Amino acid sequence: MSANTSPNTSNETFIMEPDQSEQRVIRPYMRLSGLEPLIVRPETNFINVGERTNVTGSKKFARLIREGLYEEALSVARQQVENGAQILDVNMDDALLDGEQAMSTFLKLLAAEPDISRIPIMIDSSKFSVIEAGLKCVQGKCVVNSISLKEGEAKFIEQAYICKSYGAAVVVMAFDEHGQADTEEKRVSFSHRAYKILTEVVGYDPQDIIFDPNIFAIATGIEEHNNYAVEFINATRRIKELMPLAKVSGGVSNVSFSFRGNETVREAMHSVFLFHAIKAGMDMGIVNAGMLQIYDDIEPQLRELCEDAILNRRDDATERLIQFADTVKSKGKVIEKDETWRQGTVEERLSHALVNGITEYVDADTEEARLKYPRPLDVIEGPLMDGMNIVGDLFGSGKMFLPQVVKSARVMKKSVAILTPYIEEEKLRNQAIHGGEIKSAGKILLATVKGDVHDIGKNIVGVVLACNGYEIIDLGVMVPTEKILQTARQEKVDIIGLSGLITPSLDEMVHVARELRRQEFDIPLIIGGATTSRTHTAVKIAQEYAHGVVHVLDASRSVTVTGSLLNKALKKDFLASVKAEYEKLNEAFRNKKPVKQYLPFEVAQQNKAAIDWEKFTPVKPKFTGVKVFEDYDLAEIAQYIDWQPFFIAWELHGKFPQILTDEVVGTEATRLYKDAQDLLAKVISEKWLGAKAVIGIFPANATAPDTIQVTPEQADIKPVALEFLRQQIKKAPGQPNQSLADYIAPASYGKTDYIGGFAVTAGIGIEKWLEKFKAEHDDYNSIMLKALADRLAEAFTELMHERVRKEFWGYASEEHLSNEALIREEYMGIRPAPGYPACPEHTEKYKLFDLLNATENVGITLTESLAMYPAASVSGWYFANPEARYFGLGKIEKDQVTDYAARKGWTIEEAEKWLRPNLEYDI
Amino acid sequence: MKSLQDCANERVLIIDGAMGTMIQRYKLQEADYRGTRFADYHMDLKGNNDLLNLTQPQIIEAIHKEYLEAGADIIETNTFSSTSIAMADYDMQALAYELNVAAARLAKKAAAEYTAKNPDKPRFVAGAIGPLNKTLSLSPDVNNPGYRSVSFDEVADAYAEQIKGLSDGGADILLIETIFDTLNCKAAIYAIKKYFRESGKPELPIMISGTITDASGRTLSGQTLEAFYISVMHANPFSIGLNCALGGQQMRPYVEELSNIASCYVSCYPNAGLPNAFGEYDEEPEDTACIIEDFASSGFVNIVGGCCGTTPDHIRHIAQHVKKIAPRRKPELTDTLA
Repeated sequence: MSANTSPNTSNETFIMEPDQSEQRVIRPYMRLSGLEPLIVRPETNFINVGERTNVTGSKKFARLIREGLYEEALSVARQQVENGAQILDVNMDDALLDGEQAMSTFLKLLAAEPDISRIPIMIDSSKFSVIEAGLKCVQGKCVVNSISLKEGEAKFIEQAYICKSYGAAVVVMAFDEHGQADTEEKRVSFSHRAYKILTEVVGYDPQDIIFDPNIFAIATGIEEHNNYAVEFINATRRIKELMPLAKVSGGVSNVSFSFRGNETVREAMHSVFLFHAIKAGMDMGIVNAGMLQIYDDIEPQLRELCEDAILNRRDDATERLIQFADTVKSKGKVIEKDETWRQGTVEERLSHALVNGITEYVDADTEEARLKYPRPLDVIEGPLMDGMNIVGDLFGSGKMFLPQVVKSARVMKKSVAILTPYIEEEKLRNQAIHGGEIKSAGKILLATVKGDVHDIGKNIVGVVLACNGYEIIDLGVMVPTEKILQTARQEKVDIIGLSGLITPSLDEMVHVARELRRQEFDIPLIIGGATTSRTHTAVKIAQEYAHGVVHVLDASRSVTVTGSLLNKALKKDFLASVKAEYEKLNEAFRNKKPVKQYLPFEVAQQNKAAIDWEKFTPVKPKFTGVKVFEDYDLAEIAQYIDWQPFFIAWELHGKFPQILTDEVVGTEATRLYKDAQDLLAKVISEKWLGAKAVIGIFPANATAPDTIQVTPEQADIKPVALEFLRQQIKKAPGQPNQSLADYIAPASYGKTDYIGGFAVTAGIGIEKWLEKFKAEHDDYNSIMLKALADRLAEAFTELMHERVRKEFWGYASEEHLSNEALIREEYMGIRPAPGYPACPEHTEKYKLFDLLNATENVGITLTESLAMYPAASVSGWYFANPEARYFGLGKIEKDQVTDYAARKGWTIEEAEKWLRPNLEYDI
Repeated sequence: MKSLQDCANERVLIIDGAMGTMIQRYKLQEADYRGTRFADYHMDLKGNNDLLNLTQPQIIEAIHKEYLEAGADIIETNTFSSTSIAMADYDMQALAYELNVAAARLAKKAAAEYTAKNPDKPRFVAGAIGPLNKTLSLSPDVNNPGYRSVSFDEVADAYAEQIKGLSDGGADILLIETIFDTLNCKAAIYAIKKYFRESGKPELPIMISGTITDASGRTLSGQTLEAFYISVMHANPFSIGLNCALGGQQMRPYVEELSNIASCYVSCYPNAGLPNAFGEYDEEPEDTACIIEDFASSGFVNIVGGCCGTTPDHIRHIAQHVKKIAPRRKPELTDTLA
């Protein structure tokens, strides 16, 4: 109580002051909360953000989530809290997961665990929709990790507003529209720019902003990387000076990633790095809570070496640290780089060469082994198979990645090739006595089905299976069903594997299954390829054939599946469990009530993409008709390459270029990338591949809701009506039911509009080189070349589209976009391809090819399933309208199918055959 | 005329007492709830107090006036359950918007009348936003802790409709009250921010009032008081406070804590003690007023009133007791860390 306890009643305005002797002060600390608060005061120590509840960083957690073992996944979170994590980072970015679903399920369960949910959550995703799904499940004040200026200011502001409306603090990655900040200067300036936008435009409190100025790997052997840690630390200091209320965080383990597998060195590096970064002002970091070593406890020599490397104090810091690292390396590792392995026995050398994919000495070593062993076959069954078993084990346990396995296979094949003549010779000699067959673990027939030319994935599966001791009979691409069955019978194969990439191949696979039943086969069938899926396999293919149909997601799974199928003890149980699982999927699929609502086709047609054609003036192209480009410069094309799909082809998943420094696959990705660059340089300088393109632009108008009439001005090009399909799903109010026909001016407005088309290939002459690699038993380079040709074709497409926009059509002559922006599809207009989501019906490709005379002009042919050969080819339409957007057709109803059949002059059955993947109903 | 802000700086503001307690006194029967409009309705409506805004508006208006007469600066609209989600119990989801508009108009009319009588003491209408009968952080199924009976988007949509109704009906303040699940409150905040950003109208002041359910000092959804406050700070509220569940006596330590950490005004409107063996609240107006006076003279509070069991008599006593006490001074906000 204050002294004024008796109010002066005579004066109504006199007010008693309450007992508030000291003025309270509230400081702008960062405040977060779970069930309990976390307040970051100046005296607060470094804050550990627990990293193990992250599917990209923890294999165990990823497995638990994928298998739906959420209870156990919660125990990973609990461990992090018990080990001292003060914030829990949760990340569900896995291609196999429905991220939004996984995130919200996990967070809701977490909410019921007070011992975990007492700390704040960091919702971590590169997909903003996953972040928002997470924000909707957490009552405390969380942290969003992350947003950035990567996709421009507008997007950044929009996402920041959303984060703010949930009350979340945000981690801002140091990116701008052109990429990631990799210098001190950029780290500071990108962060400052984001800060100004967040505080001045969005109204963020500065203390709710956390910068992540990019911790990159150092001591990688690449000189430019040596200063990365120094620049991070300096940038941190400057960021904190410039924006004292904001926080700095980062993924600490990145810094040591080149010492993967050597925890002693890694932990020391982390401690040294943090020691300096924290002094510079770093507030928090994503770490494996409980795994941090105390700076003073680090062995002094190691500490100094780490310090040299992190602070970039001497030129040989990396080398010295690597040398030291070798001395503390745990035993049994097989990653030495020196040549000491040459001193081992011939068996050891062969094994080492196999595991490390070294072909250099394989000739001499094989020869030495052949002379040492009584029979040449013994070399294969002895040291070579022993080596491949190690490879198989390492790959199976996730310690080796696909590109390495393919390289190992190359060593194996080369060695076997040397031995084969001797084996043959011996066979002839011993014919009368006993056979000398190599005992294989089983025979597997592989084929890309009729009508399809894509085989990278199938070839990878072949290599991986061969590494595991199976005999592979690869029938190649476009293999008719009869040939598959005939070969299977003749060769007495144990398993048939089918592959395909384009949608019509799905039907082809169903057909093969039917024939297997009719011809009374009893061997299992394996299904793989980009358009295939477990559900399609369960619902359509497995129903046709009773002796085992298994979908295999990728090459790494093919080994276990094959193993189970060929093991007499396992096969029955394995097939029974697959069958049960597929029955369940099938049932679920059949019972699935259409949760989505569909509009009658006529109603959908009324709800077109709204374009004000009255006000619209089509841009008259600089030319009409057809233009052919022969022998286009590959070097120019290469500048347009989008590398991400290249890594996906090799089953290395992640964003480019971050994948090069990824914790798990980074080393291998970097190596693969270097090999790709080397081969690409050769392809360019020695002109291995020919690139040709044809483009065309023609007057066109929409003459019906889903029909575009093309009326070329050249007498030798026939007019043609293009038929399109329209989204039929019920949309939110204001959202159109799109059809590509919406983006061409209707004839009724009396304005001539235009449509373009293109067909490009970068695969001319590839056969010769593939033959050469085959002769050299070099699957690695064979697959590499195909993957590169695919990338070049896509890059060429990008390049031609840009030239069309700026030059030949000229509707966007002022455009200036970086390659990253092109990959993000920031250009005006679109280039949808027949057979892809906006216009999935493949046979329209005939019309495109006729208009462009593509087969004659650039040498691309179409198979009966409308696949293009050479495989490294792309074709599609150009739409110039600024409103035109990429979209997916989705499912359609029978009324539209009927209408489409009438327009195409087809029977309903024909239409349903071609539209099958898009049918909303069963046929 | 003085703004809400001016008034809050100048004195401890009085918020009204219980609506339900007052309605009970009218001993309304089924037919009264139905009125003429819902005479043939297919469900029982007795107990749907919010419906009275439409069927017995004169009763609600009379109650508002009793509280205004007792000295309330702020009266709450009779809309605790006027969301499509809560109204689903009566199959009246479609009425949600209409109920809010009508309730806000009724309260506004009564408040305006009293402001006109004494312009020096302007009266304000707080649109009451209740906690819902479904929660976002807790599973109703003990065997399935990940289950939720409602989604964030559904809650936010329901609140958005209520907010629009309250705003259209003329509410001066939005009061999110009796919060036992912070995530529900966050959905309401989300809806408020979104509504005002999209409609372009100036944002109404937001009062947030949580509920500490027992002596653990936590919300029903498990948060400590400070964690709760931190979780809703982004609303940039006009006030933060506590109501319901506890009597003033039990609430004291929490009000004190809030007064120390809150950068905005602090409110407190407790129940009239804890319920007795018959479930009735029997704390006398003078007793309640003494407890609250202690809060005020300790410098804890800026806005006081009553919740369950309190009556115009309680409010009159409270108003008398705090009249001469200056309001809590808001803490000084610095922009430096030390």
